Amino acid sequence: MSDATVSALKGAEARGLVTLRDAGLTGMVTLRADLATAARAVKRVTGADMPGLRRITQGQGCRVAWMSPDEILILCEHATARKLAFDLTEALTGQHHLALDVSDARAMMALTGEPGPLRDVLAKITPADIAALPLGEMRRTRLQQVAGAIWFETETEARVICFRSVATYVFDLLAMSAREGGAIGYH
Amino acid sequence: MLTFRCPCCGIDACETELAPGGEAHLKRFGPGSSDDEFEGYLFLRPNVRGVHFERWRHAMGCGKWFLAARCTATLEVFGTYPAQVSAPPPDILAAIRAKRPDWSLT
Ligand SMILES: [Zn+2]
Repeated sequence: MSDATVSALKGAEARGLVTLRDAGLTGMVTLRADLATAARAVKRVTGADMPGLRRITQGQGCRVAWMSPDEILILCEHATARKLAFDLTEALTGQHHLALDVSDARAMMALTGEPGPLRDVLAKITPADIAALPLGEMRRTRLQQVAGAIWFETETEARVICFRSVATYVFDLLAMSAREGGAIGYH
Repeated sequence: MLTFRCPCCGIDACETELAPGGEAHLKRFGPGSSDDEFEGYLFLRPNVRGVHFERWRHAMGCGKWFLAARCTATLEVFGTYPAQVSAPPPDILAAIRAKRPDWSLT
């Protein structure tokens, strides 16, 4: 059994063309609902506006990311995720929905480095058009063999989310893509 | 390389981000149908060379099903559209006819 109170990557770090590190325990609450009708409840619980297509909005101590036409992901402190999911369930009483704390089913890592190499390292492992990915846009895609999500916090920092069970695979994949000698100079 | 614009999330998705779902707009034959109808529904497909309507799922993206019209011979994509329809919408048919004047929906 894995220990749910530690992150899947246990603080792992790798340095190369960019620096890759475990982003640590992160709260993640998934909400599936009719997003238009759930917007008021989401605003009341998170303080964030309902994000538009693929966007991320800022709330009070959390952020809300658009994942699909009927799904958002709320990123928050690990310790507050369970309560947040509970509060959403309360606020959406009577509306068909599912709010669930998925924090321990996921892993998150951060990549920091120069803008060009940062985009190169990601572009090598996904079919997503990384050159066209604007800051603050949640891009769900394929990270070689597995599903994942990527977004840029700034031009020098990207975040990657994947399932906990494939965290080591994705970390090793990114670390290999970032290995010295693997620069492609595309971006 | 086949690229479809997912109508659910707006992403231009590479084929490797998608899962194929076979021919679109099948008429379902379930309980009460004849053996021939049921066999046809399950197994018999025209497997056309040319304009084809297909189901695809944005499996490595937003997770949603959508429909696409493309040419199986050239891989040209005429358009994609929501899965909640039972026939190709007029704009898709117009896009196909603009490129394939001889084609007709049979
Ligand atoms: Zn999609």
